[in-house]
Amino acid sequence: MNIIVCLKQVPDTEAVKLNPETNTLVRDGVENIMNPFDRQALETALMLKDKEGAKVTVLTMGLPQATDILKEAIAMGADDGILLSDRALAGSDTLATSIALAAAVKHIGGYDLVMCGKQAVDGDTAQVGPEMAEHLGIPQITGALKVEFADGRFVVVRENESSVQTLACAAPLLVTVTRAEKEPRFASIKGKMKARKAVISTLTVADLAIDTKLVGLSGSPTKVKKVFTPEVPVVESEIINEEDTDKAVDMLFDKLVEAKIITR
Amino acid sequence: MAVFVDREKCIGCESCVAVCPVGALSMQDGKAAVDAEQCISCGACINECPVEAISREAVVREVKNNEGSDLWVMAELEDSEPVGVTYELLGVTAELAKKAGEKCCAVLIAADAADIPQKLIAAGADKVYVITDSRYADYNTDLYTDAFCQLAEAYKPNAVLFGATADGRDFAPRVAARLHTGLCADCTALDIAAENNIVEWTRPALGGNILATILCDEHRPQMGTVRPKVFKAAAADASRTGEIISFTVQDVKASSVELLHKEALTTSGSIKIEDAEVICSGGRGMGCVDNFKLLEELAALFENGAIAGSRAVVDEGWIGHGQQVGQSGKTVTPKIYFACGISGAIQHISGMNASDIIIAINKDANAPIFKIAQYGIVGDIKEILPKLIAKIKAYKEA
Repeated sequence: MNIIVCLKQVPDTEAVKLNPETNTLVRDGVENIMNPFDRQALETALMLKDKEGAKVTVLTMGLPQATDILKEAIAMGADDGILLSDRALAGSDTLATSIALAAAVKHIGGYDLVMCGKQAVDGDTAQVGPEMAEHLGIPQITGALKVEFADGRFVVVRENESSVQTLACAAPLLVTVTRAEKEPRFASIKGKMKARKAVISTLTVADLAIDTKLVGLSGSPTKVKKVFTPEVPVVESEIINEEDTDKAVDMLFDKLVEAKIITR
Repeated sequence: MAVFVDREKCIGCESCVAVCPVGALSMQDGKAAVDAEQCISCGACINECPVEAISREAVVREVKNNEGSDLWVMAELEDSEPVGVTYELLGVTAELAKKAGEKCCAVLIAADAADIPQKLIAAGADKVYVITDSRYADYNTDLYTDAFCQLAEAYKPNAVLFGATADGRDFAPRVAARLHTGLCADCTALDIAAENNIVEWTRPALGGNILATILCDEHRPQMGTVRPKVFKAAAADASRTGEIISFTVQDVKASSVELLHKEALTTSGSIKIEDAEVICSGGRGMGCVDNFKLLEELAALFENGAIAGSRAVVDEGWIGHGQQVGQSGKTVTPKIYFACGISGAIQHISGMNASDIIIAINKDANAPIFKIAQYGIVGDIKEILPKLIAKIKAYKEA
């Protein structure tokens, strides 16, 4: 079984803060990390590898520094890492990104399963996975909670707002993952040594069988008109800062009754 | 590819630095400078610059398709009934259509149309495109995409809106890729320019830290998904009339994805957080999973009460991801939101700041959550919650 897991390096959005005075982003000290949902996809792939035996190739599109997350994935148990990096890809929106990544997946070839995280936490679009599946001409299952292989088919559990569904599909298939069945594993010492020695091959747009006009800014139908920071509404707060908790609870309770938030 | 700063024109106002979403601009010798490695050429700074000192290479977009009219809403069903976001979308789309002088249309793909088209018309649709077949009983990516794209190619919409539900977010990108057009995910504000009928899609990015307004002006249809509970549905008007158009899909292909089993998610008694009137939500400050029992007790004191949490506690596995509030979870608009042990990262706030009343309990007096809360106590939830619960119980029983 051959599995390709697509990873993205993202800024740790939890660590991005707003400077309350200037209302601008404070990015100093914000680390770049492996997108948390991609880590869940990687763990799911590694669990399949443990159980069924599989070659797991990790693929990322980004700047050369994104090699870090490929090495991290190899340390966790992936077999091979490939970086797709080219200035011509800068400014790609989800459509252009999916065209480039799908071309890279085709270039790697011979895959049974392509996996992505449900969404990347910097853009939160959840679009690149399904768009890749369309370009590859293969079926997709999004938001997986469990992926198994049984009787020659992948069996995937996903949920929407109203139900939990169990779906089956033969290879090739693209799955986006919300959560792995267990916490993503840590890298082993042996894995770290392997990662240190691993040679990451780099692909450029010239290596892919695509028209360069379809990627980067020229291939992106969406454009940013403006970017702004959300207005934080001014709220009249009644915050009780009282050491005696009995007194504090009484004060809050009285206010809530007065405001008819608590009623009989 | 990056943007260029004309140092002659630059007046050093720093407004571009503030607006750059990736931190690629900085001031050097009093003028803006671009870090070409970081710059994603998004153009946000170009619009912000008051003296037009920033430019980028003219982009030649080869693939053009700008024919289309009318605004479409994809109807989503649950148990043969349109879901809430479908009505919300029809409400806002009807307004946009009016501004643009176009029609508001609904697309219904179902096993049986029954009285659903009338409901969609009552909610704001001028036209309903109906595609029925027994194979459309459950949402299936392949079958629905084939059907929708054939319809879109036949009737050429100007724009299409989908609910940003689990299925909507599965469906919309597949359709966008097939139609080779842009898609703006999870929009929280919409507008349309009356002079050219270009939709302005506004969405949060970088975990809700910034908002971006996106255009897709050279491709049709313009597409976007919109979060549930962002817009309010218009009151149903049974006197409205509309046109119902049946469409037949040619050459229906079988899907290779087979639905083996489906189980309803909500057990009786528990309600979904997006429908709850009172939400008792916990963050990392709850300390451990056991303390969520306190939130359950508190929620049980209200009609339509539910428990929820921040991304941190979902990552810890203390609650399910269906109960996650925030940018990467759900948007909720309850009457009352108790934020317990939640510091108030923007990521979280963007999913709950439209609640009517926010009550915060947190140890840290400087936690940002207190800035948006109407009421709050600075203190330890483990001491305060039991006392508050006892007090409310006694009051209700008295």
